[in-house]
Amino acid sequence: MTSAIAVDRLEVIFDRFRALKGVSLEVEPGESFGLVGESGSGKSTLLRAIAGLAPVASGSIAVNGKMLGVRRDKAFYRDVQMVFQDPYGSLHPRQTIDRLLQEPLAIHGFADGEKRIERALDEVGLGNGFRFRYAHQLSGGQRQRVAIARALILEPSILLLDEPTSALDASVQAEVLNLLEEVRRRRKLTFLMVSHDLAIITHMCERLMVMQGGEAVENLTASDLVERRVTKDYTRNLLRASEGFVRTA
Amino acid sequence: MSGRTGTLLEVDDLRVTFPTRTGLVEAVRGVSFSLGRERLGIVGESGSGKSQTGRAIMGLTPPQARISANKLTFDGIDLLGVSARERRALRGNRIAMILQDPKYSLDPVMSIGRQIVETLRTHEKVSKAEARERALAMLEAVQIRDPKRVFDLHPHEVSGGMGQRAMIAMMLIAGPEMMIADEPTSALDVTVQLDVLGILDRLVAERGMGLIFISHDLRLVSSFCDRVIVMYAGKVVEQLKASELGQAQHPYTRGLINCMPKIGADRHPLPVLDRKPEWAA
Ligand SMILES: Nc1ncnc2c1ncn2[C@@H]1O[C@H](COP(=O)(O)OP(=O)(O)OP(=O)(O)O)[C@@H](O)[C@H]1O
Ligand SMILES: Nc1ncnc2c1ncn2[C@@H]1O[C@H](COP(=O)(O)OP(=O)(O)OP(=O)(O)O)[C@@H](O)[C@H]1O
Ligand SMILES: [Mg+2]
Ligand SMILES: [Mg+2]
Repeated sequence: MTSAIAVDRLEVIFDRFRALKGVSLEVEPGESFGLVGESGSGKSTLLRAIAGLAPVASGSIAVNGKMLGVRRDKAFYRDVQMVFQDPYGSLHPRQTIDRLLQEPLAIHGFADGEKRIERALDEVGLGNGFRFRYAHQLSGGQRQRVAIARALILEPSILLLDEPTSALDASVQAEVLNLLEEVRRRRKLTFLMVSHDLAIITHMCERLMVMQGGEAVENLTASDLVERRVTKDYTRNLLRASEGFVRTA
Repeated sequence: MSGRTGTLLEVDDLRVTFPTRTGLVEAVRGVSFSLGRERLGIVGESGSGKSQTGRAIMGLTPPQARISANKLTFDGIDLLGVSARERRALRGNRIAMILQDPKYSLDPVMSIGRQIVETLRTHEKVSKAEARERALAMLEAVQIRDPKRVFDLHPHEVSGGMGQRAMIAMMLIAGPEMMIADEPTSALDVTVQLDVLGILDRLVAERGMGLIFISHDLRLVSSFCDRVIVMYAGKVVEQLKASELGQAQHPYTRGLINCMPKIGADRHPLPVLDRKPEWAA
């Protein structure tokens, strides 16, 4: 079977800084794969490299069996969509939600825009009342739902999700996670998902990779993590820290 | 100056309303609470008015909004009565807010280090060299691994969690008496998250800072804060001791706790809130 995403010994270098030091990864079609790890370890960079937004120095990336060059074509962006970590930066604040959702539809020449926008807003739990609001008039969580609606509107087969719920409260997070699981099942989507919340990763993903300092620390299945079958100290620390704050008197 | 145990902030019947094309949006609808030298958590769902409450206290409400309160005082100063200049001076020195959108609030064309240095130098007369040393030390304190490199980076060149910590460093360097931290750790990995909370915790315990900690992470709030305010639709629906969050009475609070994924719990789909109109009444 061809992998949905195959990353082989990928190096990303900013100026002289090596953000990714030979990272490899394979995600099967329909699989949900998690990335966890230290802040600054290169998780977003890995997603951005796949989306063609990071300076790849060496190594290769293939999507659905097709080796990617430096340029991504239009078909790629229909098939692979990314939801960014930062819902503030990723939506233009002075555009209405309607405009934000129109844009990808126009680029890819969809005729039934009206229906798609209504459905997309509905799918992420934002009513039509939000349609003509500006992004800067929305709360953080509301913006992230718009970002997800925009990613789904083109019906991609692969979603790159960078901390898709870290800006969301527990109730909306549950709704968005359920929504993501449901569209994944319904549309047979493949997810590559970053989260610093191990509970979310074990909930959403079958397998995961732990990253630190631009490298893969270890690869685990979700049940390895649940049953604490981990081999690296860093992963153990993550598990311990997940339990909450402990005041040292 | 008020005493170490006194009340720092008093909020009584705070309201924030936005006129929009589709009518008035009542973002905050009569919020009341007080803050001492403690860690007060504010939780509540997206859009419930947590950030707008914090912004109103800071004087960072967008100009088109209407804001009112029976009382809004910091250390006895009437915040709605003072001039814009006094408000700015308070904001620079005694009150600080870590905004929810770090990258958006950092200056995109200035290096991280310079922003921290300039913040410090508007508060204290220190030499350039000393300011640089202190900025680097602060970046190190918030667990930035390579402070010298990050010092020279621009906001778009740092990761989500690094931007968030740069913002925290910038706010801490002024040594405020009251800090409003809006989702300060939401982009951080859990180990760094605990380090940052450790810093905030020491500022409260050792310097008597008052901390308002806005977060949607109930697990974190219950283990870190002293008290918690639960907001829903612009109102406070419940106030309780953080350690008693697990025994919350309000169905909304209980619902919030219940819908969090837990390691090892296999619940598909996750339970979601069944919102009742009477909660917003
Ligand atoms: N445009 C850039 N220029 C220079 N360095 C960069 C740039 N983008 C990212 N980096 C560096 O690459 C490293 C990895 O960043 P990345 O955003 O991938 O981290 P991350 O694992 O997503 O972290 P977080 O959990 O904090 O979001 C960081 O040290 C960052 O400073
Ligand atoms: N400029 C604005 N114009 C109109 N409405 C606004 C504006 N800014 C905020 N609002 C509305 O005010 C309400 C409260 O927003 P606020 O940002 O305080 O929510 P929050 O509790 O911080 O949510 P989150 O957890 O998503 O950050 C939301 O419904 C939001 O849409
Ligand atoms: Mg990131
Ligand atoms: Mg907010």
